[in-house]
Amino acid sequence: MGFLEVEAVSHQYAGTDAQVLNEVSLTIQENEFFTLLGPSGCGKTTMLRILAGFEVPSRGRVTLDGQDILRIPPWRRPVNTVFQSYALFPHLTILRNVTFGLKMRGVAKADRHGAARRALDLVRLDGFADRMPSDLSGGQQQRVALARALACQPRLLLLDEPLSALDYKLRKEMQGELKRIQRETGTSFVFVTHDQEEALAMSDRIAVMRQGTLEQVGNPSDIYDRPSSDFVAEFIGDSNLLNAAPDSQGRLCLPGGRALGIRGDAPARVMIRPEALRIAPDGNLSGQVTDLVYSGAATRFLVALDGGEETVQIQQTSTEAAGISMGDKVCLAYDPQQLWVVAP
Amino acid sequence: MYVYLYIPLLILIVFSFNGGRMATIWEGFSLRWYAEVMQSDQFRAATVNSLVVASCAAFLATTLATLAALGFRGRPIRGQGMMVPFLSFPLVIPEIVTAVATLIFFISIGVPLGMVGLIAAHTVFCIPFAFITIKARMDVMDDTLEQAANDLYADPRRTFFSVTLPLLWPAILAGFILAFIVSLDDFVISLFLAGPSSTTLPIYMFGMMRLGVTPAVNAVSTILLVMSVLFVLIAAWINRMQRK
Ligand SMILES: Nc1ncnc2c1ncn2[C@@H]1O[C@H](COP(=O)(O)OP(=O)(O)OP(=O)(O)O)[C@@H](O)[C@H]1O
Ligand SMILES: [Mg+2]
Repeated sequence: MGFLEVEAVSHQYAGTDAQVLNEVSLTIQENEFFTLLGPSGCGKTTMLRILAGFEVPSRGRVTLDGQDILRIPPWRRPVNTVFQSYALFPHLTILRNVTFGLKMRGVAKADRHGAARRALDLVRLDGFADRMPSDLSGGQQQRVALARALACQPRLLLLDEPLSALDYKLRKEMQGELKRIQRETGTSFVFVTHDQEEALAMSDRIAVMRQGTLEQVGNPSDIYDRPSSDFVAEFIGDSNLLNAAPDSQGRLCLPGGRALGIRGDAPARVMIRPEALRIAPDGNLSGQVTDLVYSGAATRFLVALDGGEETVQIQQTSTEAAGISMGDKVCLAYDPQQLWVVAP
Repeated sequence: MYVYLYIPLLILIVFSFNGGRMATIWEGFSLRWYAEVMQSDQFRAATVNSLVVASCAAFLATTLATLAALGFRGRPIRGQGMMVPFLSFPLVIPEIVTAVATLIFFISIGVPLGMVGLIAAHTVFCIPFAFITIKARMDVMDDTLEQAANDLYADPRRTFFSVTLPLLWPAILAGFILAFIVSLDDFVISLFLAGPSSTTLPIYMFGMMRLGVTPAVNAVSTILLVMSVLFVLIAAWINRMQRK
């Protein structure tokens, strides 16, 4: 039995007829960094709102430590939220923002201040206690929101796209910080994002959502290397999905007849990541370069395979790519173990 | 524009310091009209009445308007689309119509003309002013702040007192000051409903005018003007302090 159990939760907002969540079941362990990943509108925020208590699902059960929490109002749940917009109280100082939750729980002033200092230390904002939220930068406000939630020592911390308002560099930095804080505090995090790179970098496990249903749940390498569907393969990173069918000897072949090097007994979608393909004279596949994008460390090519309409993306380090230009004929090699048959 | 707006007021103020008897012929600087006005018991009684009526009416109107605005928040009520314009509609009803209607209503239910009736009537016509001010602020207020408070263990009551009210406070204050000034300046409705013992400043001025426009009228006008401006400044100042 997990720490947080979401059992067959479905949700429909009052006055609408669209099912926003459809029979979602999840188990989250203690001390886990769990990510909900999915495109805009798939129901991630709705799921968090249900966990926080702002929304009661139409059907299903949610238990925390074996206790049914759906009937507990948000102000009594041992769950705190870091809002996407931070939602800092503009009329209170940073210190009073961070001590707010403890004050409401009746913690004595001295203890409150001690806890607030520790939380501000944790997010590296000691010395900001007496400022107002409006005096802080976006990244600093984000940290205050985190400190405010952590000061209450919740069992479960919900984070709704907390990094989406930050610029690239700050986001990278905060990703590391969040991971460190999660480890140091031993809190379970449910982290919402639509950025697959962020999800892969931070999570212990990821749930990929699509239109209110769970598409796949697994650790980052499950999700990246062994996607359970086209949707997951395409949503997580770049991928090549090839249609293949078995020949008379049970080998999976491309429509042009070229054997891929793995076996199968039914038509299948075969995935290979761009970085698993390399240009080599003795490659199994051949084709013509139709496009080429240089991006610093790597160069991406589009290669139209001979004998079929399939076009694949490949990624090479820039030294490997030197000397290859548009229109060149190339051969592509790969390790057959890098092929993944996506469940039909 | 500004010239048209302010020249008459400027002339009014200047002539309130006129030494002579005429309101339009300058005869040298003097404070005699102020002294004369201040010594009048009628003036003092009218000032007190005006301030009492304005304070009470503004207080009641702001309280009711705040409750109404809060009521319109929360979960949507059926017919809400109609109710908000309905609360602001009195702003465009000709004042004299309201005055006559109120007078007839008061007589028919037996409310005596006097302070109580005056405060009740002022409260009613001040509500839309306070309501519009407060509602405008509430409409742009982000309810995730209240959710954040809920999330941080504040029950609805404590959320209201520690988050909603402090954030709404400047608007409530602005609504109060606006209601106060509207009440202070009201003439038509007060004229219909004031009894002999509840004369307000504008009515007192009107009475003086019938005896001829002397610089004393200018002096009373200036006093009324200064009171209004003073309250606006106080409101602005409190607002500034809040922000710090
Ligand atoms: N209060 C609401 N009332 C009615 N429908 C809503 C409400 N909130 C969200 N929805 C609908 O529910 C669906 C899921 O919304 P949700 O906010 O959970 O998506 P999300 O995955 O968080 O998306 P995003 O990445 O854009 O934040 C959307 O189609 C949205 O229009
Ligand atoms: Mg969302």
